[in-house]
Amino acid sequence: MPDLAIVLPSVLNGLTTGALYALVALGLTLIYGVLHIINFAHGALLMLALYAVFFLNVSFGVDPYLALFIVPPLMFALGYGLQRLVITKASHGRDENILLVTLGLSIIIENLALMVFKSDTRIIDTPYSFEVFEIFGTFLPQPKVYAFIGAIVTAAAFWLVISKTDLGRAIRALAKEPKGARLVGINVNHVFAMSYGLGIACLGVAACLLLPSYYVSPHVGQGFVLVAFTIVVLGGMGSFVGALIGGLIIGVVEALGGLFLGESLGQIGIFLIFIVVLIFRPTGLLGHKV
Amino acid sequence: MKQLVLLLVLFAALALVPAFVGSDFWMNLIIMVIYAALLGQAWNILGGYGGQFSFGHAAFFGTGAYTIAVLQVQYGINPWVGLVAGGLLAAAVAGFIGFATFRYGLKGSYFALITLAFAEVLRILSNSVPFTGAGVGLLIDLDPSAANLQFATKAGYFWLLLTITFAAFLTAWWLGNSRFGAQLMAVRDNEDAARALGVDPFRVKMSAFLMSGMFSGLAGTFYAQYFLYLDPSIAYGSAVSVESLLVPIVGGLGTLFGPLFGAVALHTLSEVTRELIGDLPGASLVLYGVLLVLVILFSPRGLAGLVTALGLRRAAARAGKKETRA
Repeated sequence: MPDLAIVLPSVLNGLTTGALYALVALGLTLIYGVLHIINFAHGALLMLALYAVFFLNVSFGVDPYLALFIVPPLMFALGYGLQRLVITKASHGRDENILLVTLGLSIIIENLALMVFKSDTRIIDTPYSFEVFEIFGTFLPQPKVYAFIGAIVTAAAFWLVISKTDLGRAIRALAKEPKGARLVGINVNHVFAMSYGLGIACLGVAACLLLPSYYVSPHVGQGFVLVAFTIVVLGGMGSFVGALIGGLIIGVVEALGGLFLGESLGQIGIFLIFIVVLIFRPTGLLGHKV
Repeated sequence: MKQLVLLLVLFAALALVPAFVGSDFWMNLIIMVIYAALLGQAWNILGGYGGQFSFGHAAFFGTGAYTIAVLQVQYGINPWVGLVAGGLLAAAVAGFIGFATFRYGLKGSYFALITLAFAEVLRILSNSVPFTGAGVGLLIDLDPSAANLQFATKAGYFWLLLTITFAAFLTAWWLGNSRFGAQLMAVRDNEDAARALGVDPFRVKMSAFLMSGMFSGLAGTFYAQYFLYLDPSIAYGSAVSVESLLVPIVGGLGTLFGPLFGAVALHTLSEVTRELIGDLPGASLVLYGVLLVLVILFSPRGLAGLVTALGLRRAAARAGKKETRA
C-alpha cells in the first residue's frame, strides 16, 4: 500500500480535474435531458472555446478569468444558433439524424481547427500559472484550485437557473413532456435552443477555468468528450447532481489510475467504469430510466 | 431478383478491371474505393438494415487487422489463417459488445457511445501492451507470394478484396430478400411491434452485429496485408469509424448499392479537393463532415434516395404525359 503522502495529492488533483470534467458533463447532461440527444460536437466546441480564450489572452492580453465575461456568452450564442439553424432542421423527426449531425459538426470544427491552427499544442503564460496553495500539507497549483471553486459555483448557478427561473421551469417541462409543454404555450424551438446554448456556455466557462493549467490543440476535445460521456452515463443521463458526483469520481479514478498504471494506461480505468456501468446499471447512479 | 443479377454483373465486370487498367495509380484508387465500399457495407448491415448506429466500427476493423498482423509477426502463423481468425475475432468482439448492450435494450445514443468507448479502450490497450508493438506499431515483412497473402501486383490484392466485398454485398442482398432480413428491418422500424409479432429483437440484432463485425474485421485484415503496417491510431482511431458510417449514409442507408455510391462519391470528392487545394491536413475530413451534415439536412436517404426520388419523379412525369395524351 503506497504512502498516503503520495495518494492524497493525487486524490486532491483528481478532485480539481474532476470538477472541470463535471462542468463539461453538466452541459452534456442538460442537452441530453432536454433534447434527448447526445451532443457529439461537445468536445469540438470545448476546443473552440479554449482557442477563443487562448487568442483573447495572446492577442489582446485578456486574462483567462476575465474572459469568463466574454467567452461563455459567445459560446451561448453559437450554441443557440447551431441548434436553431442546423440541428433542429436536420432531425426530420429522427434522433439518429441529430446524433449524426452533431458528429458531422464535430468533424468539421475539429478539422477546420487542424487546418487553421495546425496540430501544435499551445499554452498560455499567466502570472499565477506556477503558484501553488498548500492544502492538507500538499501543494496544489493555484489555477486548479480556482477551477475547482469556479466549477462548483457554476454548477450551483446552473442549478438555480434550472430550478428557480421561468426558463428553468420551461426546460424541465419540455424534458418531461414535450407535447404538454407545447400545449401550454412554451415556445419549444426557443427553449430547445436555449438549453443547447446553456449547455455550450458551460463549455465556455470550463474553457476559461481550464486553460491556465492546461493546453489547447485541435484534438484536445476528444479526450474530454469520452470522459464527459462516461460521467453523464455514470451519474445518470440528465441528472445534474449525478454529473457533479460522477465528475469528481472520474477525476479521482483518472488521477489514481495514472498514479498506479502510468499515464497511457491510466485512462483505461475511466472506460472500464463506463462499460461496467453501461452493462450493469445503464441508468447510472442517479438516473431513472433509459 | 433484378438486384441480384445486377450485383452479379457488376462484380463480374469489376473482376475484369485489372485487365484494362494498367497504371498502379488508378488500380490503387479503385482498390481504395472498393475497400471503402466494403467498410461501408459492413456498417450498413448493422446500421442501415438493423438501425443500430455504431460510432466505433474501428473496434472490429482494428481487431481484424491486429489479429492477422500479430499472428504473422509474433507467432509466424500463415496470414490465410490470420484472415479467417481476424474475421472471427472481430465478430467475437462484436458479439461481446452486442451481448452487453442489446441484452438491456440499449440503443440509439447509448449504442453509439458504447461502441465508441470500446474502440477507445482497444486503442489504449494496443498502445500499451507489447505484443501489438505498442505505439511503434507492427511492420509485416514484405514477402510477396500468394501463399503468404501478399501480391506482387495490385491485381492480386484487388481480387482478394473484391471477393470479400462481394461476400459482404451478397449478405446485404440476402438481408433485403430473406425472412431474417425482414425481421431485422422490422426491429429497426419498430422494435415493440416486431416483438409482438414474435420476432426476438435480441437474437436478430446480435446476428446482424456478428456479420457486420466480421466484415469490418475482414476489411482490417485486408488493410494490414495491403499496407503491411499498423499502429494503434490507424487500427482503432476514429477515422475508420467515421468512414464506415459516412459511406452508407452518404450513399443510402439500408440499400444494397448505397455503400458503393457513397464510396465512389466520397473518393471522387476527396481526390478532387486534393487536386484543388493540395494535401492540407484535415481538409478532406472537413469536406466529409460538411457532406455528412448536408446529406442529413437535405437528403437523409442518401444518394440512393436521391436517385429513387428522381426516378419516381420521372415515372410520375411519364404517367402524367400518358394521361394528358389519353
